[in-house]
Amino acid sequence: MTGKKKGLKLSSIVIGVLVVFWFLVCMIPFFFLIMCTLKEQFELMNNGVFSMPEGLYLQNYIDVFTGGIWKYFFNSVIVMAVSLVLLLALSALAAYPLSRWTFRLNKPIYSLIVACMSVPIHVTLLPIFMMSVRTGMYDSIWALIGPYVAFNLPISVFILTTFMATIPRDLEEAAKIDGCSLYGIFWRVMLPLVKPGLATLVIYDGVNIWNEFSFALTLTQTAGNRTLPLAVQEFQGQYSMNIPMIMTVLCISILPMVIVFIFGQEKLIKGMMAGAVKG
Amino acid sequence: MKKESSMSLRRRKETAVAAAVFLVPALLVIAVFVIYPILQSFITSGYEWNGYSSNKSFIGLANWAELLKDKVFWNAFKNNLLVMVLSIVIQMPIGLALATFLDKVGRKGNVCKVIWFIPMLMSSVAIGYLFRYALDANTGFVTAISKFFGGGTVDLLGNTGTVLITCIFIIAWQFIPFYMVYYLAGYSGLPSDVHEAAMVDGATESQYFWQISLPLLKPTIKSAVVLSIVGSLKYFDLVYVLTNGGPSHASELMATYMYSNAFSSYRMGYASAIASGMFLLISVIAIVTMRVLNGKED
Repeated sequence: MTGKKKGLKLSSIVIGVLVVFWFLVCMIPFFFLIMCTLKEQFELMNNGVFSMPEGLYLQNYIDVFTGGIWKYFFNSVIVMAVSLVLLLALSALAAYPLSRWTFRLNKPIYSLIVACMSVPIHVTLLPIFMMSVRTGMYDSIWALIGPYVAFNLPISVFILTTFMATIPRDLEEAAKIDGCSLYGIFWRVMLPLVKPGLATLVIYDGVNIWNEFSFALTLTQTAGNRTLPLAVQEFQGQYSMNIPMIMTVLCISILPMVIVFIFGQEKLIKGMMAGAVKG
Repeated sequence: MKKESSMSLRRRKETAVAAAVFLVPALLVIAVFVIYPILQSFITSGYEWNGYSSNKSFIGLANWAELLKDKVFWNAFKNNLLVMVLSIVIQMPIGLALATFLDKVGRKGNVCKVIWFIPMLMSSVAIGYLFRYALDANTGFVTAISKFFGGGTVDLLGNTGTVLITCIFIIAWQFIPFYMVYYLAGYSGLPSDVHEAAMVDGATESQYFWQISLPLLKPTIKSAVVLSIVGSLKYFDLVYVLTNGGPSHASELMATYMYSNAFSSYRMGYASAIASGMFLLISVIAIVTMRVLNGKED
């Protein structure tokens, strides 16, 4: 106990200051954001940023919700849902043999997939853009699914492989003795056991896909085919000087992820932890 | 004996076939969307092409020769290096300090954890627009503060002298939560009895931190540094939204320069050369860093 007290002098003051400072650094931009959304356009210009809103002005929210944000929202939801289903299926399939079976190409294939984690997406951006034009997928939300699956696949396979390696083999051995085929074991024994791992992936990859910008910007063009991160841009064109309106769009696009985070906090952090252990 | 080996051979064959069935879909996706595009980037870098016309002429290494002499590109590379160095200097210590605090207080720190993590949940575009307006020369809060103290307007993003450093601080704001969780994960991997043992032996908390947990966290710190280096060198989204590389290339990064060559100047061949150059530079720097970091160990 006394040892603890001795150590709590200078370092704890420094840490305490940092904690409060960082709390403010994180909160002030959000405070600014939310205050902004409750102001009328000219109220912001006349009264300045630090003034409190004059009243509960909700017209910005009403305008944004009736101004076509739903289309972006649904596009984002569809892209995320389809990409996630494919991602979970492909990464579970790939992780199973990599974590369980011995075959000659196991190590090389695993290394190849893990190495793909550090490929910068911008090297592939132009070729994928040209590919989407050639295949006629350009400017549709379907063009986004391939790259989203591909760029989240390496980390997903990595997380699932590590996860599966921690599951004891007894159940599989029992199923094998009962005459279950390799495919049957995967489907009926492994998949149910690996559900927590899959939940981690849903949240970890979900946040990435929801916020993805570069591919969405490059592979789509018309407003009706774009995802939520681009809605801000489109609204900016429409209401260029109406800052409160743009801040409202921002606020709405952040909200779903904040809600997901509050409920799935542990899972998300677990996913990042698995990623962190890779060394 | 013979029977057994033929059975294990059959078993092995069966496993190989099943492994192929399980792995082919994932490998196919990676081949189509990662490996083929990398090769394609290098191939396209040999052409003069606007991206859509059928007029595509092979010019050999001319794009690469131009890239080597392109002052804007090397300036962008220099900017990337500055982002890289300052990201490590700013983000690593703060991330580690916050993680240390969260690790110490445990569950009580959950509110802090959630709030500190929020920047990480925002898309880069959202952060970009938020700060673009927050730092606006006329309506932003830096100007408001300056006016309060009797100063004039402050245009951090419109000034060639301050734009890059401002971007670097915003990038730090965005990524510190990531490294915070990363180090938190590192802490959770440390054996829990070490702390108790150290305390029993009469170590102070700060002795424990500097002499025990910091050395134990070395592998985590190393991989965080590598991640930060790779991330800084390929950085794009936030700077694209904040400044699009301007004013007059002062905040230009390799990726934003590539993007404007491809989609503003319509020089697909040259943009591909930039992308391929980026790929080579990042790979070399990442490999050298990993060598150096792992070499130091023993």
